[in-house]
Amino acid sequence: MEHSQPPADSIETPGHAALMVKRFPDGAILSEDTARPQVLVPKERILEAAAYARELGYDHAESVTGVDYPDQNEIEVVYHLGSYTDESLNGTVMALATRAPREEAPKPGHDSTRLPSLRGTFYSVEFHEREIFEMLGVYFEGHPDNRRLLLPEDWADLPPLRKDFAIKGR
Amino acid sequence: MSAQLPPGLQLEKTDERIMTLNVGPQHPGSGHMRLIVQIDGDYIVACDPDPGYVHRGEEKMAEYRNYITNIPHLERPVIHDSCNILYPYVLGVEDILGIEVPERAKYVRVIASELNRCVYTLYWLAIYGIFLGHSTMFMWPTGDRELFIDLLEKMTGARVTHAYMVPGGVRNDLPANFEDVCLRQVDYFEKRIAEYADVFYDNPILIARTENTGVLSRTDAIRLGTTGSVLRASGVDYDIRKREPYDVYDSLDFETNVLRAGDAYARSKIPWLDMMESCRIIRDALSKMPKSGSVRVKLKPNPKGGEESVYRRVESGRGALGCHIISRKKPEPYRVKLSVGSFRNLIALPYLLKGERLGNMPSVYWSLNYWPVEADR
Repeated sequence: MEHSQPPADSIETPGHAALMVKRFPDGAILSEDTARPQVLVPKERILEAAAYARELGYDHAESVTGVDYPDQNEIEVVYHLGSYTDESLNGTVMALATRAPREEAPKPGHDSTRLPSLRGTFYSVEFHEREIFEMLGVYFEGHPDNRRLLLPEDWADLPPLRKDFAIKGR
Repeated sequence: MSAQLPPGLQLEKTDERIMTLNVGPQHPGSGHMRLIVQIDGDYIVACDPDPGYVHRGEEKMAEYRNYITNIPHLERPVIHDSCNILYPYVLGVEDILGIEVPERAKYVRVIASELNRCVYTLYWLAIYGIFLGHSTMFMWPTGDRELFIDLLEKMTGARVTHAYMVPGGVRNDLPANFEDVCLRQVDYFEKRIAEYADVFYDNPILIARTENTGVLSRTDAIRLGTTGSVLRASGVDYDIRKREPYDVYDSLDFETNVLRAGDAYARSKIPWLDMMESCRIIRDALSKMPKSGSVRVKLKPNPKGGEESVYRRVESGRGALGCHIISRKKPEPYRVKLSVGSFRNLIALPYLLKGERLGNMPSVYWSLNYWPVEADR
């Protein structure tokens, strides 16, 4: 086959990961896959990035994952955003990630491990953010209800999904 | 007082007019969870769901086991729907390890997950019946569920905890004459399920208790990020099997069920209609399935992935079920996150119960298709 014409893909509008990074140059593209774009933005820009994702058509958060990276001294929070209203985003789930500083001796709610809450933009993150608060100790500023959800109220150990919390016998 | 407590340990406020009522965690009307309900007379002022009584730390445990040994414990959150809860995990692991699944295995998986969807839905329906004091509706689905449990036992060897899905296909092939037995059971079940309308769905008492109760508008269903039958009962046509078909769902003939009322009646009807579609899918998959061939790709021991993060989702009995797997070049996943339908629909509960009568709480609560164990993981 000859390649005098550019392939059809290159004429199409840039993917959502590229659009995000164009708007927020201090962000990074983790994957440009059209079905699963992945972007990392600094925590100072996460609220604007979420608002921009709404403009792009995403209307709810499907899943919010908290990941502990002790080797990088950071905790990552990944919002998986989907759309019920925009037909063109049928099979698309955008992963919008941000990172909070991590402390060796965490005091959940009273240390620097803080992120702005996306509840104002995506109401559906409410319980997911509560779960991340208890499981990784990330305090969400602006969340009206930063309480325990699954763990017992008197849990006094490390947040259990941190890597330094080890299961006994393993 | 509460100002000195760390976040997460705040005391509840009390009022002389409002009474706080704990429903659960042992109450048969709540499952293994507690609902802290504030009532003014007979009306619910606020509801604060308190899940976590059956939290097992599945996500933490998954970080200690390799991709294959994770299978039996990851299905535990919802053993009645074990094929569907493993499905996104298995699809994700296949993406990470770069495995191509044989054609026949894809059909077998679809059949297994649709049979499992019926098992789950019948169990849910039985409990919905008993919640509303309709003991016939407890007996019938519990009995009919055995049809599918028998089929799954023939396929997998276990009645409930199948551990049937594995990266690269399914654990074993179908037994001889499975197709005939399956078609016979499905034919019988289709006749049987139509009778549910006579005794339950057209029953004026059920309609009186559920119609216009706990109405969730289309806008709110989207805003709250609900999923599955809750979303489709509010008029949003969103089914992962249609919107993002996995395995062979795009080649199968079925419809999604959507109702517009958004009340508890519509939410209780969608799973029942879904079971009829499941029967269609099973019949279609049996006819289109390659009659022979491999059902499993052999993997290397302790397979490792690269540095990547995948998110796969399927439509389970309770709505979209997403699995986020992060791999960091080790035989064990670095992080596994299950985003389950029950947990996502829970957010609608305080919203729907506000202003409702206390007596309507069971009909609204269970219409959310909520499975406490799955929500806790």
